[in-house]
Amino acid sequence: MTSIGTGYDLSNSVFSPDGRNFQVEYAVKAVENGGTAVGIRCKDGVVLALEKLITSKLLKAGANKRIASVDRNMGVVSSGLLPDGRHFVSRARDEAAQWRQLYKAPIPTSALANRMGSYVQMYTLYSSVRPFGVTAIVGGWDSEAELPVDGQVGSGPKVGSGGKKEGAKHGGPYLYMIEPSGLYWGYYGAATGKGRQIAKSELEKLNLSEGNLSLEEGVKEAARIIYVAHDDNKDKEFELEMTWISSIDGPTKGRHEEVPKELLEEAERLAKKSLEGDDEDEDEEKMDL
Amino acid sequence: MNHLPQAWGRPRDDVYGAYDHSHFQTAGPNQHTQSPIVTGTSVVAAKFKDGVVIAADNLASYGSLARFTDVKRLRKFNDEVVVGFGGDVSDMQYLDRLLNSLDIRENYSSNDTSLNAKNLHTYLAKVMYKRRSDFNPLWNHLLIAGLDGETMPFLASADLLGTTFSSPTLATGFGAHLAQPILRRTIPDEASVANVSKEEAVKLVKECMKVLFYRDARSMDKYSIAIITKEGVDLTEDNKLENQSWAFAESIRGYGTQVN
Repeated sequence: MTSIGTGYDLSNSVFSPDGRNFQVEYAVKAVENGGTAVGIRCKDGVVLALEKLITSKLLKAGANKRIASVDRNMGVVSSGLLPDGRHFVSRARDEAAQWRQLYKAPIPTSALANRMGSYVQMYTLYSSVRPFGVTAIVGGWDSEAELPVDGQVGSGPKVGSGGKKEGAKHGGPYLYMIEPSGLYWGYYGAATGKGRQIAKSELEKLNLSEGNLSLEEGVKEAARIIYVAHDDNKDKEFELEMTWISSIDGPTKGRHEEVPKELLEEAERLAKKSLEGDDEDEDEEKMDL
Repeated sequence: MNHLPQAWGRPRDDVYGAYDHSHFQTAGPNQHTQSPIVTGTSVVAAKFKDGVVIAADNLASYGSLARFTDVKRLRKFNDEVVVGFGGDVSDMQYLDRLLNSLDIRENYSSNDTSLNAKNLHTYLAKVMYKRRSDFNPLWNHLLIAGLDGETMPFLASADLLGTTFSSPTLATGFGAHLAQPILRRTIPDEASVANVSKEEAVKLVKECMKVLFYRDARSMDKYSIAIITKEGVDLTEDNKLENQSWAFAESIRGYGTQVN
């Protein structure tokens, strides 16, 4: 960054001569120091996973959850500045509640990502504020079933307007990642934080765009990726936190929930085993040489 | 058009005379709901040894007109609470949405305990009392049925005045007069709840629904019934009254066109 110290990095809302907003780029640096967060969009649900770095031995194990629910069917995981993440979640919940007040129905994941993208982008425009120091991954399942309107008491008229297009697919799993600039894209697999490079290359190997990965496999892959991306030399202690959202017929019935303890432990066991396996392979290769 | 913005969009004084501000008078007293519009009638409920059974018919009346015939007045809150609504249907819809948002907020963090019937009754009673204190009541009489957090049956009411009441059997509206005495024959006090089985309680409540259909002109023979036990909520919304006997109607005199 040759332009550092030229004065263009002191404020939001001021471009550098080569068209960059340095405050946003510094916010990205804050994200790069956070624990790795991963989201996987499987064929029948979404998994969110987080490498929660333990800052003190005095913290209660398993407490202080970092993956938050928005409405019933969405989850948010972020890496970067923790309080910024909390504020992001708080705003997302308000947006979801406001959507319900207006439309009497849950907010679609795409609409939430859009609104949060706009919100985060506003923090890049003014010199009185600083950009969000988080990149957030939003996962959700939009209901494929015909939901009743909130507060609906009867079945309403049998004929008339309001019919849906025949044969069109409704709902399904969705995954978005929102960056400090306000940029957001929909992803098959998303990763951010310290281990994002390793995590991304692992995600690419899963061929997620083919849509063959099941939710349960996704949980195990997510756990493995967090373990692979973890850097033992820099951070000793971490906790694996995982949540998932399935279809209405699936294990969570369309709700965003923590992955059950048994499955989480199984996934962690397999993740550790695969790491050990790698070491053995390396040893064998050395022997061959 | 002149340069005074406050005059824009108003009739011109030079053409129509001075503007009469009394047309948009806002100085009068505020008025809120004075009577309900679309209404549901009785809700009937009784405790039994393992839980609570609650029932309400599927009718929403517009005055004396049977206007909507598929209205679900029993709302399941979670696996251990059902709320039954008597009174204004739009206020019921408001409360339903309020409970929905409460449930969403309660489940942001995954804790092992959910709101039980006792918690929900306290909450709803406070909502009702707040609104009556604002002179803007929610025109409902609610029965909250479920388990109290120690897996004991819980049944209590809250009404538009914010009055709360608890009893082993409860009924709102017309049912308070007609069904309550029938319920009390079998379940006179808290001690007798332990001797009542689920089947007996369901039979008793169904009997009350039948009596109410015979005598309440704002009722209907299609009804919903919910049974709340430790195992969860069993809610059915398309029941029909069985074994009706209108023989007694023959002996009623003085209302129809008969001569004698």
